[in-house]
Amino acid sequence: MTRVRRWLPGLLLVSPSIIAIAVFVYGMLGWNFKVALSDQHDEISPGSFVGLENFTGIWSEDRWGLSVRHAIVFTVVFVLGALMLGWLLAFLMERGIRGEGGFRAVYLFPMAVSFIATGVVWRWLLNSGTGERAVGLNGLLGYLGLDFLQWGWFRDPDWGMAAMAVPAIWQMSGYIMALFLAGFRGVPEELRESARVDGCTEWQVYRHIVLPFLRPVTLAALIILGHISLKVFDLIVAVSGKQIITDVPAIFMWTAVFDSHDPAKGATIAAYIVLSVCVFVVPYLIWNARRGDRT
Amino acid sequence: MTIRHVRLALLLLFVLLFLLPVYVLLVTSFKPLSEADPSQAWNLPRVWTTEAWAVAWEKLSPGFANSFLLAVPGSLISAALGAMNGYVLSKWRFPGSELVFTLFLFGMFIPYQGVMIPLVQLMVNLGVYGGIPGLVLAHVVYGIPICTLIFRNYYATIPDELIEASRVDGAGMLRTFASIVIPVSGPAFAVVIIWQFTSLWNDFLFAVFLTGPSSWPATVMLNNIAGAQTVPYSQQMAAAILASVPTMIIYVLLGRFFMRGLMAGALKG
Repeated sequence: MTRVRRWLPGLLLVSPSIIAIAVFVYGMLGWNFKVALSDQHDEISPGSFVGLENFTGIWSEDRWGLSVRHAIVFTVVFVLGALMLGWLLAFLMERGIRGEGGFRAVYLFPMAVSFIATGVVWRWLLNSGTGERAVGLNGLLGYLGLDFLQWGWFRDPDWGMAAMAVPAIWQMSGYIMALFLAGFRGVPEELRESARVDGCTEWQVYRHIVLPFLRPVTLAALIILGHISLKVFDLIVAVSGKQIITDVPAIFMWTAVFDSHDPAKGATIAAYIVLSVCVFVVPYLIWNARRGDRT
Repeated sequence: MTIRHVRLALLLLFVLLFLLPVYVLLVTSFKPLSEADPSQAWNLPRVWTTEAWAVAWEKLSPGFANSFLLAVPGSLISAALGAMNGYVLSKWRFPGSELVFTLFLFGMFIPYQGVMIPLVQLMVNLGVYGGIPGLVLAHVVYGIPICTLIFRNYYATIPDELIEASRVDGAGMLRTFASIVIPVSGPAFAVVIIWQFTSLWNDFLFAVFLTGPSSWPATVMLNNIAGAQTVPYSQQMAAAILASVPTMIIYVLLGRFFMRGLMAGALKG
């Protein structure tokens, strides 16, 4: 009884949040799946259970295949791009450099601004005109004599989504830099020193001492970038709106709800987004919880 | 030319690249109508004018007010909840509290699209759909995971002996919280309030699904301004800068707390 009295107040204090999370996270996710498994294709009908019909049926739509392809291209370019640029910036700074605070402030500031705001200017910069009609980044490339690099950016029918990743990389690589910088600084200097004394080259020191220390950071960065990427929405709305050429599942879902008024389809797309995120977030959370137990 | 110089040169080059969009935003916002055109994006204004700013402010100000009504209460409530949860989950644990924490964390990663359709339905049923209170509710609830995480990690640094001593003296959970824990929680409150304020201010997804025209925050208004073909570019750019001013001020003045919030988002990475 005394033990219960010891922990009960704590449970009571957290219980509003437990209820809120249970209802709004887990309850709503469940409800969304229920809608996705029904034939509620308009806003009035109650809808009845139809199994996985929506989940399989959607693959026969051209638009869905396109939006999945776009999401994959975007994810690959964005995740690798932000990871590499973030790593490079941290690598250039890790030994300490004059004005480090200033550099960090510049690389990180895009994180503090919304994509809706920066999208206004990115839409201009990524203008698709080339040659005589080149403006924005293409125009700048023209000034610099790099005309051969001009292309249609996000209007390119095949690789446009790779261009869409440019503003995303611009926004997130400072964050990744900060993570890697913390990782670099977590390597004890004595370890590096003793390896050098043992005759290791700088490359060997990096490969065998520093790199293993960066592994957890890299994993965390991958998870963060990946889950942001799969649900990307604001950026696309801001840069190109609802155009099919840059359609992704989150935009498709938005139009399914507001333009086609089809809850079942919207819920199906949402369910796919959730599942794609779960595939790598759930193992990460389990791994993280286990790691927490050990320390 | 040493390695040091090469590194510095590269870092400066990246500074230039990172600031390119800012340069275009700024110069365009000060241009008169005749110059605000993509073909002159890289030129400085020949005639400087703040005309676009005045019009942009007029168009954006209702959204600005809504954003404050949303972000200020939202971040304060989030911080209060986060402090309570973080305290219990680190210093006053109950059986299963670790599992509860992990289940909370999952809420940090879910794509909000996955809850949006039922959430809209629920808000309609509760009669709070379309207004700011409903939007605040959504942000507070889905902010619980990150706020709890930040406070829990912060409270983990308070020695258990301090809590134990207070317990031995006969103080209960709330007494200990108020007299021992809250007085040293300043930095954690700063991190959480800044983090939540920034994400509430910058949010677009919840706002576009959950609010109607009279309660649109600045982001939605800005998107409408920027999406309209009739609005001159100089006004769009001025509006974009205006909508970013509050979070930029916070970033410049309190950047170090903002950083800590970011790092917490990476769990223990």
